[in-house]
Amino acid sequence: MCRLLFSVSALALLSIAPASAQEKLTVYTYDSFTADWGPGPAVEKAFEAECGCDVEFVAVADGVALLNRLKLEGGNTKADIILGLDTSLTFEAQQTGLFAPHEISLDKVNVPGGWTDATFVPYDYGYFAFVYDTEALETPPASLKELVEGNANDKIIIQDPRTSTPGLGLLLWVKAVYGDEAADAWKKLQARVLTVTPGWSEAYGLFTNGEAPMVLSYTTSPAYHVIADDTQRYQAAGFAEGHYLQVEVAGVTTKGATNPLARQFLEFMTGPGFQNAIPETNWMFPAGEMSEPLNPAFDQLVTPAKTLTLEPEDIARNRKAWVDEWLAVMSR
Amino acid sequence: MIDRRILAGSIGLAAVALLIGGAFAGLAAEAFHDFGRTLGAIDAYLLRVVRFTVWQAALSTALSVIPALFVARALARHPSFPGRGLILKLFALPLALPAIVAALGILALLGRAGLVSDLMTTLTGSRWQGIYGLSGILIAHVFFNLPLATRLFLQALDTVPSDQWRLGAQLGMGQRASFRFIEWPVLRTALPGVAGLVFMLCITSFTIVLTLGGGPRATTLEVAIYQALRFDFDPARAVTLTVLQIALTAAIVFMLIRLGANMAGDANLSVSPRRPVASGPVERVFSAILIVSALLFVAGPMAAIIVSGLQADLVRLASDPAVHAATLTSLVLALGAAVLSIALSLSLVMARRTLELHRHRNAAPSLLEQLFDTGAGFVLVIPPIVLGAGWFVLMRNTGLVFVVAPLMVVTVNAVMAMPFAIRAIRPAYDAASARHERLAASLGISGINRLRLIDWPVLRRPLFMAMAFAMALSLGDLGVIALFGSDSVQTLPYLLLARMGSYRTADAAGLALFLGIICLLLMTFVDRTGNRT
Repeated sequence: MCRLLFSVSALALLSIAPASAQEKLTVYTYDSFTADWGPGPAVEKAFEAECGCDVEFVAVADGVALLNRLKLEGGNTKADIILGLDTSLTFEAQQTGLFAPHEISLDKVNVPGGWTDATFVPYDYGYFAFVYDTEALETPPASLKELVEGNANDKIIIQDPRTSTPGLGLLLWVKAVYGDEAADAWKKLQARVLTVTPGWSEAYGLFTNGEAPMVLSYTTSPAYHVIADDTQRYQAAGFAEGHYLQVEVAGVTTKGATNPLARQFLEFMTGPGFQNAIPETNWMFPAGEMSEPLNPAFDQLVTPAKTLTLEPEDIARNRKAWVDEWLAVMSR
Repeated sequence: MIDRRILAGSIGLAAVALLIGGAFAGLAAEAFHDFGRTLGAIDAYLLRVVRFTVWQAALSTALSVIPALFVARALARHPSFPGRGLILKLFALPLALPAIVAALGILALLGRAGLVSDLMTTLTGSRWQGIYGLSGILIAHVFFNLPLATRLFLQALDTVPSDQWRLGAQLGMGQRASFRFIEWPVLRTALPGVAGLVFMLCITSFTIVLTLGGGPRATTLEVAIYQALRFDFDPARAVTLTVLQIALTAAIVFMLIRLGANMAGDANLSVSPRRPVASGPVERVFSAILIVSALLFVAGPMAAIIVSGLQADLVRLASDPAVHAATLTSLVLALGAAVLSIALSLSLVMARRTLELHRHRNAAPSLLEQLFDTGAGFVLVIPPIVLGAGWFVLMRNTGLVFVVAPLMVVTVNAVMAMPFAIRAIRPAYDAASARHERLAASLGISGINRLRLIDWPVLRRPLFMAMAFAMALSLGDLGVIALFGSDSVQTLPYLLLARMGSYRTADAAGLALFLGIICLLLMTFVDRTGNRT
């Protein structure tokens, strides 16, 4: 028994107590941000050089899971910064009372439609899109309607709106286009869904491994294949109804409000030290100031015919009902 | 003065009751707190989940049990089939494998990028789509349960007296007649119990459905409970799902007990006596095909685990700090669970025996004694994920959910292993007590000294056996750690799932091989020790 108690408590201590006496900033984010190929390593290095502190990233599957994690930890969270929520979650996140005002200048921030929020600061943005493999699919759908009504044998991979911000984004995209008929659209679309993954990285991994010819991602994803792989093989399908806009944000937790590094990090996030890394590691458009021009590959991307968004408050009010509606259809 | 052994047993029982009671308190509090929402959670989605849970379990049972009848019969009729002993050993392996390792083996073999995907593409003429969804779940369940059912049926067939076989042969019974008059009556008696056990295992299957389900279409109650807590953050729905899960498993366990099934499902096969079976060449060929197909089905995924595991970058994995941390965490937690499990079991066994000694020879056992006797058996009705869910709901507002992960893994797995541990320890302890009780009393040896000098030499073997079993069970656990795990507390199965999730399949395959080997070694130890005593 003694040995057991000892080992359990030792383990618990190991997992809770930060051993270092150095100033430390804990950032919760999603796993593709901290991946070796993501922006995490570069951002960590740049900020640590600036602050002389230790940055620790803690990663979960995707943006919605991030909010769930924070809700579960509540006031006991270790997080100073939550990085990776998006505009469809900001209202709900704010209502938890677990965030503090950012209190930084938004002068460097630049996103479509402007930005005035007092709690969250954007760090990048993009438009959801279906990315397809030109070698597996000759004629991509030209609209959401064509996707919904198209050949069910051309499979797609999507993400779960209960864990993933792209998954939730698609839910809202369909809602924005189909309104009350969204459930019917999902009924048709369901036949095309190969699998529903908890996070973006899993879905995109399956796609690039050839498991399906199409995946829910961003208009900016092809830039990765052009720049990193020098190939035009993967393209985003432009949809006539327009594309849903995602603005990814970060916020300071109430715990982080007592850590001066937290606001320093948000400030840093809007500048070149962070923003330079975004386009070619997170493969999104920068939402702040860069010190170098954007790679020309970003100019060749699909430009949305129309930018679709829903009100954050509406989303917060209806998210559960809409997700339940999706679940009811998708569990058939 | 209360006997110390009874006191220890009472503490042990209280600990088990606390674990189960706490979980139910969490569920009940949530249900009463928000009764409307708990009721409101009964919607089309939930009904579909229940339907799918029962449907996949029924299909899995049929696909496992019916072929198993014939495979067992073929094995029984050909006692000198080449490699028969080896085949039976192999059929015992799936039960020892953690479900996530088996799931990975099946994916490595039959997945879209699996070892046989090119062959399947050629055979079917279209691109092999892999086995996500219902088909994957069924294959995995059959992989686990076909060998189990075969062994149980074979055990039943072994009870047929050799006189009957001889008589059958003398009467010149053909295949059909001997099946009808000799084999079927025995199989029919065993059938409900075996089918019930398999159905129970499939209805509480979590890991397989989580890893091979591939979306909301193929979700069972257990996976839905996990998703309601970790995805939706919807305790009301989790409570409703949990209540349904308990009702379902309780109903099945009730039926199983009525049918008199052996819930433990371990089959210790005797060496079958040679029996004269009249089998023609056609039957022999047919039986051989049957046995070989079953063998391939069971051996395939295991071979795939080895092949794909060896393809992984094992050197890099071996030097990966995350793997080191997860291995250490897994081993520490498994050891903790094992020590706790045998401590609790031993305390119950000792207390029961003490009460039995104190009671009048003909008096009925008291309620306390009965609780010491069968109390731990109740946990079999409660799947680990339900215990986890209860505590998760109870603790969700404390912010400690992720901090208690080690404690939850240790306690839940310790209690889950108790029915087995008690069965291993009790006969040895009771026998030792019958022999030494008076001697110990007359020499005045009690407490630690008694444990050390008198009980230890007899109990050592069953204790180690129970410990190894509890460790293997805990090492393979994914249900509890899936709920409570986070980056700060990762076990090997959790890391494996994470690597699968971020599509680092090679890493996952290497880890699966590693985990599979550890569990197999432990279970081999259990098996060896069990056979010797």
